[in-house]
Amino acid sequence: MTRIPLSALIGLFFTGVYFFTAVFAGLIAPYGVADIVGGVWEPASSQFLLGTDSIGRDLLSRMIYGGRTTILIATAATLLSFVTGSLLGFTAAVVGGWVDQLLSRGVDLVMAIPTLIFALIVLSVMPVSIPVLILVMGLLDATRVFRLSRAVAVDIAVMDFVEAARLRGEARGWVIFHEILPNALSPLVAEMGLRFIFMVLFISTLSFLGLGVQPPLADWGGIVKENKDGIVYGVGAALAPAVAIATLAISVNLVADWVLNRTTSLKGGRNG
Amino acid sequence: MTHPIVRLLTQRIALGLLLLLAASAMIFAGTQILPGDVAQSILGQSATPEALANLRAELGLNEPAIQRYFRWLGAALHGDLGTALTNGQDIATAMGKRLGNTLFLATCAAVIAVPTAILLGLIAVRYEGRWPDKLISGLTLSTVSVPEFLLGYIAMFLLAVKVAAFPSVATIYEGMGFFEKLRVVGLPVLVLVLVVLGHMMRMTRAAILNVMQSAYIETAELKGLRPFQIIARHAFPNAIAPIVNVVMLNLAYLVVGVVVVEVVFIYPGMGQYLVDHVAKRDVPVVQACGLVFATVYIGLNMLADVIAILANPRLRHPK
Repeated sequence: MTRIPLSALIGLFFTGVYFFTAVFAGLIAPYGVADIVGGVWEPASSQFLLGTDSIGRDLLSRMIYGGRTTILIATAATLLSFVTGSLLGFTAAVVGGWVDQLLSRGVDLVMAIPTLIFALIVLSVMPVSIPVLILVMGLLDATRVFRLSRAVAVDIAVMDFVEAARLRGEARGWVIFHEILPNALSPLVAEMGLRFIFMVLFISTLSFLGLGVQPPLADWGGIVKENKDGIVYGVGAALAPAVAIATLAISVNLVADWVLNRTTSLKGGRNG
Repeated sequence: MTHPIVRLLTQRIALGLLLLLAASAMIFAGTQILPGDVAQSILGQSATPEALANLRAELGLNEPAIQRYFRWLGAALHGDLGTALTNGQDIATAMGKRLGNTLFLATCAAVIAVPTAILLGLIAVRYEGRWPDKLISGLTLSTVSVPEFLLGYIAMFLLAVKVAAFPSVATIYEGMGFFEKLRVVGLPVLVLVLVVLGHMMRMTRAAILNVMQSAYIETAELKGLRPFQIIARHAFPNAIAPIVNVVMLNLAYLVVGVVVVEVVFIYPGMGQYLVDHVAKRDVPVVQACGLVFATVYIGLNMLADVIAILANPRLRHPK
């Protein structure tokens, strides 16, 4: 077992803190998510650690509950994108032939339209609810996971042990889950961190545009939208999510970097 | 026997057009995937059957989807993008001015971002692994970790409110002087530059570093050339193709970043038009905007490949 480098420890710690507050938001937040407890845009005080928002709700509580919504949606969408993307990617690599062609060209096509634009097009006719958001974000992002997992699996699929499994007469599903998946896991896990960050940015952007999480539910993008008018008067409430998103993004990046480095050192790893 | 460049170019352009056709079908299909239909979702559950029937007839929903798609595409090719549901205006007219505004914004950003990114990339390569490189990488990494709209508000908070250097809202109208316009779009341009600078600089750095590992660079080093001379004379010309590719990809990215930035600074461009009408569920406008954005995006990607083909010296002299 190698030692975990300091940067990865910091990343793990902050990521852990964010997930912890997300799970136990109800216990940690000092006030309820929709309770009006003070005046409009009160400055930070011992009573309201981050001040209050545009209609007098406690900003810290909003941020904590908002983090829960944002992280929940981002996590669910990442999982969905990984399950569909990697399963299809592995299938394309193992089966090959026209199945591979069909899936790959389909993915090329979806990626030819910018993700945000495509999401906006779909959301213009779909009801904007959390399951729909997760579905749209997850499936659109699955294209990127598909490319990566297909590329990784194509390399593995020609290895001797896969050939041996095929000659033994194992089923395709068995080959995918017992031979390909364990060997492709590390690069996928590193990519998962990056995709998660992308999802956080994506859902925040959608909410900011008013097409994501709907009020009174809080989320980081929505908090910016609700408090953006304060900026002109010098009230910084709308900038609080910037700090949260940036620290979460950087800490997950640090962890992903570490996983990736570990993987590459494992690959060349007999002598070092 | 045609020249290989001509053959490659025709192949690439044909592929681009095919992709565009398929993308238009996807945009159309994207608004048809509902279990119910568009009319129902626009009017909501409480709509009367008469209103539904009227809207269905207006949207032509009584015809099969394939037929509607080809009619829509045919009209769009003739410059007729239909009329908006919400106010009955002709979409092409409403879009024309906004498209101009958006292109103005994106061009300003590109004019600043491209040379800066290449210069920073060159400096980072020259001082690879030392403090200038680390500083540039760190700064660009932090701008990439914050979403565009937040960068916009941070810039607004610091530069328009704390220091009144720029107006906080980029209102632009006809008859405005060119320099007046430039001052007004200062903040949105700054944000767009920051957004693409990170990606562009990192990719430029990677492209030049890749070239720096070639044997002819080692030769140049052994000849005793100075590091900047090596980069400028030997590495840069060979890295042009990948760099042009990077630039084009990021310009395509700029097209999307513009959507969010326009909303932040209330700038009357394509992005705001799209977002407004998504919220109003005005499907014809959304489809038209999607088509324009996809065309620009696919076009820039195609242009990147075309330039890469043209810049590749190995293809210029067929055997």
